[in-house]
Amino acid sequence: MKKFRLPRLLIVSAVLFVVIQILHSREIMNGYILHIINQSLIYVILAVSLNLINGITGQFSLGHMGFAAVGAYVSGTLTSLVFKINPSSPNAMPLFILAIVAGGLAAAVIGILIGFPSLRLKGDYLAIVTLGFGEIIRTVFNNIDYVGGPRGLLGIPKFSNFPIIFAAAFITLVVVRNLIQSSHGRAMLSIRENELAAELVGIDTTHYKVMAFSIGAFFAGIAGGLLAHLLTLAHPTQYGFIKSVEILIMIYAGGVGSITGSTIAAFALTFLSEGLRIGIRAIADTTGLPIGGEWRMVVYALLLIFIMLFRTEGLMGNKESRIITIEEAD
Amino acid sequence: MGSIFSIQQVINGLQVGSIYALIALGYTMVYGIVRLINFAHGDFFMLGAYAAYGTFFVFNALIVSKSGVTAFFVLLASMAAGGIIALLTNQLAYRPLRYKPKLSSLITAIGVSMFLEYFLSALPMVGPSYRPFPDVIPRVNIKIGTATISNIVIIDILVAAVLMVGLTLLVKKTALGKAMRAVSQDKDAARLMGIDIEKGIAFTFLIGGAFAGAAGLLAGMTYPRIFPYMGIQPGLKAFIAAVLGGIGNIPGAVLGAYIMGLAETFASAYNSLIGEGIAFAILIVVLLVRPTGLLGEKTADKI
Repeated sequence: MKKFRLPRLLIVSAVLFVVIQILHSREIMNGYILHIINQSLIYVILAVSLNLINGITGQFSLGHMGFAAVGAYVSGTLTSLVFKINPSSPNAMPLFILAIVAGGLAAAVIGILIGFPSLRLKGDYLAIVTLGFGEIIRTVFNNIDYVGGPRGLLGIPKFSNFPIIFAAAFITLVVVRNLIQSSHGRAMLSIRENELAAELVGIDTTHYKVMAFSIGAFFAGIAGGLLAHLLTLAHPTQYGFIKSVEILIMIYAGGVGSITGSTIAAFALTFLSEGLRIGIRAIADTTGLPIGGEWRMVVYALLLIFIMLFRTEGLMGNKESRIITIEEAD
Repeated sequence: MGSIFSIQQVINGLQVGSIYALIALGYTMVYGIVRLINFAHGDFFMLGAYAAYGTFFVFNALIVSKSGVTAFFVLLASMAAGGIIALLTNQLAYRPLRYKPKLSSLITAIGVSMFLEYFLSALPMVGPSYRPFPDVIPRVNIKIGTATISNIVIIDILVAAVLMVGLTLLVKKTALGKAMRAVSQDKDAARLMGIDIEKGIAFTFLIGGAFAGAAGLLAGMTYPRIFPYMGIQPGLKAFIAAVLGGIGNIPGAVLGAYIMGLAETFASAYNSLIGEGIAFAILIVVLLVRPTGLLGEKTADKI
């Protein structure tokens, strides 16, 4: 007899959602903190989807923000230039969600295109090629005048709000979790552990690598679209190599292959980053020393180096929290 | 300006190629010996340029400038800065991870690169903005036929050539060079032969960093401005040049660098957008068609 188990992830998420909503509506939590929570949730989507490519399938990708850029520009173009959505009209939300999904799908197509070279390349060569693709995507947007070129795409309506971003992050977690725990996920893990052995036992490594790239890219595109509609703009410099590295830091800090770790690290590092921004400004103001915002990135870089030197396996290592996993039936 | 393939463009291409070659050598030597893409290598180039900048002003303040003497010491300073920082990076950041999975070194390298760039922009005396690079050697234009060449171009090409000949002699003729080659061929066998592997690796970083530093000075004189992020683009291009030539292969890196320099110059003369993207296009084509590069050897997967 199979025992009925409560879906823990759903319950924990629902409780968190309600608590944050109440705190916000009672004005205990101000709009600024809610904004950072929204950003953290978008980073959760980015980190978990990159973890599927890097951590689970073991394909080192350095161009994740390139996918996000595709999602941001495609959805932003649709809402602001093509549909020209009037925010007060009743079909604004459905059209917005359609645009976001379209952005995700466009990113997935690019992900499949980039997945193919990965079939031939390994390790650091793949890293360089994905970096190159990411930069090419950025350069392309930088040179298309229709989407603003180097000025960026401005005037994107502010449709992203806490419930929508929360739902997107929740869906990402559930989909990636279910994927990892399915036979497809085991096949991806086997590619990470030993590609040759995986091939020898009959796993179609090509199929699973492209699958990981396209699913990862899809969610990155969704995240990019949500970010563009949260900040009301999409700018080429938001999607550069350094941003991809920030996502990479999140998955390595959280533990490669652990989506629990990625989720925690996305929140921790986004809040740390904001904290540093405020802290550095406060120090500069009180002491009058010429301390610039660059120190924030200095701390970030040192953090990355120290994680690698002293805790290579990250916060969670390879483990998942029991909140995330589905218990196997015994 | 005339056609895209004029003598002027060829000389410009060789000049760009010379700077890429000096950087690419460090990439390829480090990769050959520790199998690591040293992402921070472009930043050694940047540090070389800043060291040259500082030394030039110190010299100008201390002694009445004799441009030849100053230029020599400026070159020395740029090479010392690049080399010493490269050596320190190896000892502090890469050496503890030598026997850990390769990707952890790669990520550490990205961290070191970010650290060097942001640390320099955060330092109040350096700052993130562009600085004009002084004329270490007064600029003179020479007319040869239809082409006008500045003496800087000739200096760039000559300094690079002299350093590369020096490196070839070092690697081919000295005991140290032999040890470095042995370590890059087979670490375990080299260790059994009594070669100090870590010493070989340390010297590789020192020399590679020094070459990148010298390239920093040359780039500073050529495009007379420097900034903390100046190493990113040339570093990436030089890496691509090293892959094009066959990474780990010293003559390959030089060949790849000159090809890259020429291709980029011709492409930019045609269209600036294509000039920006040509490096990555070359990289992707090379990796898809001949992943081992022009002069690289194919290695089989060990089962």
